Amino acid sequence: MDNIAGTKSSLMWATHLSVLFLVLLWLIPTIGLFVSSFRDRDQISESGWWEAPFAVELTARGRTAADAVQDGDVYVITGNIYDDPEARSYFPGGGGEIVAFGTSGRAPGEFPAGERVEIGDGETLVVNTDGTYEWRTPEDPGDRGQRVYFAAESPPNFTTENYEQVLTADNMDRAFINTLTVTIPATIIPILVAAFAAYALAWMDFPGRGVLIAVVVGLLVVPLQLALVPMLNLHNSIGIGQSFIGIWFAHTAFGMPLAVYLLRNYMAGLPRDIIESAKVDGATDFELFLRIVLPLSLPALAAFSIFQFLWTWNDLLVAKVFLPSDDASKVMTVKIADDLLGSRGGDWGILATAAFVSIAVPLVVFFSMQRFLVRGLLAGSVK
Amino acid sequence: MPVILQGLITILIGVGGCVGYFYLSNLILDRFIFPAKGENIGRNINRANAVRPWLFLFPAMFVLGLYLVYPVVGSFVRSLYGRNPNEFVGLGNYISLFGSSDFQTSFFNNFLWVIIVPAASTFIGLVVAQLTDNLSWGNLAKSLIFMPMAISFVGASLIWKFVYANDADIGLINAIRAMLGFENPIDVMQIPFWNNLFLMVILIWIQTGFAMVILSAALRGIPEETIEAAILDGANPWQLFFTIKVPQIMATIVVVWTTITILVLKVFDIVYTMTGGNFGTEILPSYMMDFMFRDDGRATAIAFVIMIVVLPVMIWNIREARKEMR
Repeated sequence: MDNIAGTKSSLMWATHLSVLFLVLLWLIPTIGLFVSSFRDRDQISESGWWEAPFAVELTARGRTAADAVQDGDVYVITGNIYDDPEARSYFPGGGGEIVAFGTSGRAPGEFPAGERVEIGDGETLVVNTDGTYEWRTPEDPGDRGQRVYFAAESPPNFTTENYEQVLTADNMDRAFINTLTVTIPATIIPILVAAFAAYALAWMDFPGRGVLIAVVVGLLVVPLQLALVPMLNLHNSIGIGQSFIGIWFAHTAFGMPLAVYLLRNYMAGLPRDIIESAKVDGATDFELFLRIVLPLSLPALAAFSIFQFLWTWNDLLVAKVFLPSDDASKVMTVKIADDLLGSRGGDWGILATAAFVSIAVPLVVFFSMQRFLVRGLLAGSVK
Repeated sequence: MPVILQGLITILIGVGGCVGYFYLSNLILDRFIFPAKGENIGRNINRANAVRPWLFLFPAMFVLGLYLVYPVVGSFVRSLYGRNPNEFVGLGNYISLFGSSDFQTSFFNNFLWVIIVPAASTFIGLVVAQLTDNLSWGNLAKSLIFMPMAISFVGASLIWKFVYANDADIGLINAIRAMLGFENPIDVMQIPFWNNLFLMVILIWIQTGFAMVILSAALRGIPEETIEAAILDGANPWQLFFTIKVPQIMATIVVVWTTITILVLKVFDIVYTMTGGNFGTEILPSYMMDFMFRDDGRATAIAFVIMIVVLPVMIWNIREARKEMR
């Protein structure tokens, strides 16, 4: 359409490139989180996630064996440093090529691998690239081997360990279930309530209809913050307190303006002939609503339920205020924001995994229902 | 799992209760209060039809009134009292708020958020919408840019922690700095003033998709004749976009802009998870949460300030909606 007056190929290329650039810019942060969630803690702090597919140079330490063989007046100990459990524990994916070694923690990579070096007291040590070593000492080492530090290539190593930990420990599994428990009733209950009201506002004639629609439009933008203190006090005084019942009510109410507004807009756009001919045939409003308007409004109902699902699943504010702050009733967002970020701020693997678990469900819903979501957005904002 | 069970029972009671309420109330109205028979049949039917809308509306209006209308009044009244709910302080909370430097900082920061985030999201959204319009893979690109909409603010903050981290092996920004030869990593969350902008980037990242989807639909709705005429008259792509297309979708741009503005005034999650309001990044919603559970009087006063800031948008929205209905 834009290219009616001849194709401008250079402009087209610029378009392709700039869109590609923007898409990458938008995707990269999420990819980083996703990749990080599969890396273990040491790897994350050793190299950026963008280097994850490549080997990482890790510094590790181990101890040689102590079973010496006497050779003249020196004792010779040979073996492979990777046989030491401590050294091996640094490389869950198998040890790679050793680059350098040393004998003190301050200079773990003092000497290049394969070079025989003096380490004091007439002792010499060589560690080869494959991990084999030879340690010669004038004194019987007894039962204590020599401390060896070394730097080795650790092959890329992806693990699901973080997921196992997040899903089984730390009450995160509990938080997942709590989130579901909050979300599902809070998504389903408002739909029917809103649909009846929307029908009345769209197709029934009564005094004050215009005012009510205006009120709903106005309530769309009332900041939630206003409701927090008075409603929590009310919940406390009628005995609901901070509980799941309270948060279901709260989410139902906070989703209501959008639900009524969206559904009314959609229902008002249904063809007048259908509704009027049904009325002429003697259908009551109740039948008309159940048999004709409700089925026809399915796309709008779907759109609203996706919104409400995403909003309740992702909510932090309402959950912090209307749910108790004990471990048994924390939802995932609260768990991540208050627990994981606070006490385990440095454990990036766990953080990434927890975040990914919490965004996985909305992402699935989002990508499978995108069509409805877009339609709903458009019904709500564009006329 | 008793909580899940409780949830399932709630769904059953909630849905069943709604169906029951609507069905029974209609039944009672038609059969018993105003039966459509007997001598007053005409009058009864009319009366029943006058009452019915209110039956349909009642549950929705009840929760709306309780959870959204009453709190406007309730919050205001509460904000006139001090930390102790029995101690009347008049406008004391507001006066001490306006005098506190934290409040001024968060008000100023919020002002920046309200200016920058909607503008940037709408602008980038508009550009992406236009660029992807003729692209063969435009829909894929759009759905990828739209994706952050599904992510919680907490999740998004964590995602961006991996960009902003104060460590060249974790944070992308510091990795790029290290690549350019800077020695020490910096904590971008602690750079005064600029840290606000870095926080805004997160919300822009989330909201651009929303702007893009709506503006892209609006762009497609532009009558083709106007575009063809402009091309025949020799308009170049820039002129076509800025002088033909943008003016025609101005109304939609304003809707998107105000929607994002309202959202900006509600979001406390990003500041809460990224900085906890430290380093001069406090905004009104997060400032309010500092007082929540501690000083209800102060908290409601801040909430009411947010309400007053939103008020012009609310009035404008209502006026537009009424115009549309006519």
